[in-house]
Amino acid sequence: MAEAKILKAPGMAKCIGCYSCMLACARVIHNDYSPRRSAIQIRSTGGLQSSFLAVICRGCLKPACAEACPAEALVERPGGGVIFKKDLCTGCRKCVAACSVEAIFFDEDEKKPIVCIQCGTCTRYCPHQVITMEVRND
Amino acid sequence: MINANGIRVLEIDLNKQKIKAHNRKDLLAYLGGVGVATKLLDEYIMPEKDALDGDQPIVFAIGPMETIFPVVTKVVAMFRSPLTGELGESYAGLRLGLAMRFTGYDAIVVKGKATKPTYLVITADGVEFKNAEPLWGLTVEETGRILRRRETGSGLRSCIRIGRAGEKLISFAGVNVDTYRHFGRLGLGAVFGSKNLKAMVVKGEEGLAITDKKEYQRVYKEIYQRVVETEVMDKYHGLGTAVNVLPLNAMNGLPTKNLQAGSFAGAEEISGEAFAKHSLVRKLACSGCPIGCIHIAQVRRQFGDHYEYYTTPISYDHELVFALGSFLGIDNRDQLLELIEKTELYGLDSISTGVLLGWLTEAFEKQLVREEMIGCRPAFGNASVYREIIDRLVAMDSDFYRDLARGTWYAAAKYGGCDFAMCLGGHEMAGYHTGHAFIFGQAVGARHSHLDNAGYSIDQKLQGWDPEQVVDKIINEEIERNILNSLVICLFARNVYDRRTVVSALRAIGLDWNEESLGELGKKVFRLKRDLKEKLGYRLENICFPQRYFETKSFTGFVEEEKIKQLMDIYKSRYYTV
Ligand code: SF4
Ligand code: SF4
Ligand code: SF4
Repeated sequence: MAEAKILKAPGMAKCIGCYSCMLACARVIHNDYSPRRSAIQIRSTGGLQSSFLAVICRGCLKPACAEACPAEALVERPGGGVIFKKDLCTGCRKCVAACSVEAIFFDEDEKKPIVCIQCGTCTRYCPHQVITMEVRND
Repeated sequence: MINANGIRVLEIDLNKQKIKAHNRKDLLAYLGGVGVATKLLDEYIMPEKDALDGDQPIVFAIGPMETIFPVVTKVVAMFRSPLTGELGESYAGLRLGLAMRFTGYDAIVVKGKATKPTYLVITADGVEFKNAEPLWGLTVEETGRILRRRETGSGLRSCIRIGRAGEKLISFAGVNVDTYRHFGRLGLGAVFGSKNLKAMVVKGEEGLAITDKKEYQRVYKEIYQRVVETEVMDKYHGLGTAVNVLPLNAMNGLPTKNLQAGSFAGAEEISGEAFAKHSLVRKLACSGCPIGCIHIAQVRRQFGDHYEYYTTPISYDHELVFALGSFLGIDNRDQLLELIEKTELYGLDSISTGVLLGWLTEAFEKQLVREEMIGCRPAFGNASVYREIIDRLVAMDSDFYRDLARGTWYAAAKYGGCDFAMCLGGHEMAGYHTGHAFIFGQAVGARHSHLDNAGYSIDQKLQGWDPEQVVDKIINEEIERNILNSLVICLFARNVYDRRTVVSALRAIGLDWNEESLGELGKKVFRLKRDLKEKLGYRLENICFPQRYFETKSFTGFVEEEKIKQLMDIYKSRYYTV
């Protein structure tokens, strides 16, 4: 499984801020219409005059979020990132604080984190190939 | 489920600083968007009071498909227009639709006048009324920067605001939406100003569970693929709307120098092609639109010796290129961008501003207005004098400029030159001199906008003269657009969203409409707007057509007054039977 791919955002300069990726993650993975329930978040870094940033799981090989999780709900995923075992999650938010790129969001209604499962759905809805799935090469 | 409890309306009283939320089942019959907004405007408007009376309402509305289907991105704003005195209706995109959608409100009504400059922060939990005293007088751009810093949030938010033009109640002041889009036309900015309302920040951070995942995914995917993979929307992501400049110009359809001509020697320089080649730096999209038609150019300016420069990003479109370019004889891209920048910072509608300046230039040439009144000598092609006039207009420090601030038609009625004041129904014209259908369509359209019924496109498709057909098309297109606008679908996607597609999208989110009931809705909204306009004093027989339209050859040859009369007669007999 060393070939497992992870989400990357190599083309942010080409991003038009259409939010199609967020809407796709929310729609397909989180069964929600709202981009608030998406594991990828596109942010402007200084209004619309500046370029966008993709807040995404960077697919760590030694994930701090998993290490921080006391309930073993997050476990290392081969190739990078984590596998989320929702049933085990107690909603303690330790993973949210542990991720230094702030890529884990917290769903206040469900009391569970919104974690990227590295499925690549969002990349298929990006009209400009800004985000891709690639094998971790470092 | 979407709209399970009816249309959710948030009512904000600026004067009392109170809010009320209503769940209106009865409004479901109006679907959303312009249908719901027209109904609400009709309920809240005070026909006996002036457009700028603080008691008048502003209504914003979205539809049930907002953001959750591709290219369903707009918000409609309705109000009494200070420019025409009648129906104010304007559309804007970027983040506002998404932000409204995920506050959970389908419509927002703002009424009353705040006792001091105020801005609003609207979330699902309610509304905060905040002091805008320090923001009063600031440009649209600086206001946006301050509010972004102060009102932190997740990016799922929108910031709409006015500049000095709105504060000073200029009849054609617009409202800026997220820097690059606008409620531009018909003076919503002045209505904000009349309420002491500087800005609104809307944060849409609620979730909304999907009910029928399988069907929704299927329909979404099908529409998404049509949007990105077929050619129906090519023109918008390529050169953008400025793609129109050269083809219109080639056929006398590009209003030039106050419509003294239909083609412009400098058209190449300000064409979509030239902007793309020399000035375009990026494109942006409204939330939920994979097209990205918002074209941003960069203007680079020197402000001092020793190579002191700054750059500003400016969004451009066909209408701006026409109004502040060909219409004023400006053939230099940077000068044109600087004019756009100026109207942007003040928060003026660029189309109305350009058309006003066109009239003023000719009125000056014809000695109807004098240099002492204007303070300078306007001349076609002279951008720096136009910039100066815009500054004076917003400063509004003489009776003459106070008159100009009421719009082109008002100024022409007072100083003369109605024959070359290029307005239709009291509203400054859009950038098409295509023939009878455009002129007639903008004149009779519900809000006197070329987008009411797209006459410019009817002109370009019509073979031979058939007045019955023209009137039919104008009425039917307006009805069809009432349907799209009740969902507030971006009109650039009108060819993707035929009625069949709309029906399947609505069904996928649990709303039961069919092609007929949609058609009925389109007509109902047509009648509702018509009756509301009449309450506000509109009379079809008062419409008049400036002579200039008949003097300058158009895309389809000379427009004849006799033929316009013919259209009007047919229209009169059908207007009341829709
Ligand atoms: S969520 Fe954060 S810490 Fe966890 S794997 Fe992804 S980037 Fe690393
Ligand atoms: S890879 Fe999958 S889970 Fe991760 S952000 Fe994209 S769609 Fe969401
Ligand atoms: S889908 Fe692509 S272009 Fe659109 S916001 Fe996401 S990364 Fe940017």
